[in-house]
Amino acid sequence: MFDLSSGSIPLQAYLILASLLFCIGVWGLINSRNAVRVLMSIELMLNAVNINLMAFSAYLDGDLIRGQVFAVFVITVAAAEAAVGLAILLSLYRNRVTVDMESFNLLRW
Amino acid sequence: MNISATTELICFLALGSIVIVGALGIVLLENIVYSAFLLGGVFLAVAGLYLLLNASFVAAAQVLVYVGAVNVLILFAIMLVNKRETLSPIKGLKIRKILSGGVCLGLLALLIRVDITTPWSLPGPLTIGEQATERIGEHLFTDYLLPFELASVLLLMAMIGAIVLARRDVLSSDIGTGDKVDQGLIEKSSSKLLIEKPSS
Repeated sequence: MFDLSSGSIPLQAYLILASLLFCIGVWGLINSRNAVRVLMSIELMLNAVNINLMAFSAYLDGDLIRGQVFAVFVITVAAAEAAVGLAILLSLYRNRVTVDMESFNLLRW
Repeated sequence: MNISATTELICFLALGSIVIVGALGIVLLENIVYSAFLLGGVFLAVAGLYLLLNASFVAAAQVLVYVGAVNVLILFAIMLVNKRETLSPIKGLKIRKILSGGVCLGLLALLIRVDITTPWSLPGPLTIGEQATERIGEHLFTDYLLPFELASVLLLMAMIGAIVLARRDVLSSDIGTGDKVDQGLIEKSSSKLLIEKPSS
């Protein structure tokens, strides 16, 4: 077994990967016109945060691994968010017969 | 550089490129079904990254919850609402995309700068490796007991909320005559609220 604290992959590699994933998620969140794709982008952002937590847990907190516990909680909250989000989406679709984000503007001004 | 370190590096590069390319595909592909399947691939690659970080329990939870539940839920939602519609063009869409891309690139530059310049207190304490699952269990039932219970309450609330939101208020039989109601007819004749654009 290799020792992760002096392994070949630096911590920064994981952090940069997570940053890239988060920024892609933000871009998708802003620019998607399909409401399902917005939910997918949110899942991407949550996964980026999870990668960060897991990397910190492995490299900086190797004996207590509190980051892994936080990641489990984030996964739980993400599952709940996906269920409620898709239920809201179905309800919206039933009322407006579209999933175009531009048409959900009742509360806009 | 020994062989295990090289293998680790190759695995990291492969999984990382799958994650990034898959995420780009999710936000850029036109067909939403392709996006949903790519999302499953990204979730699996992230689980592989967790395995690289010696976290087998969280990797298993990732596969079970994300690939098994969230991704399937998203696919079902796509099947329920997947109507081919031609999106009405909005003016300034292109400039909006470019502007938000610039903002996201700025955010990315900021984050990467923070990642690189921060003096992380490396190396940290020695990793416990395969005992991680036991340690997570200890955490969940000692110092993280309250968040654990709150998470279960949150899941219950989300379940009931999702049922209430997605339920269709249609009676199965006519109250007056007792006849079976044609569900399709109700679906067609039910007034769609707020379809028409406000006259602004």
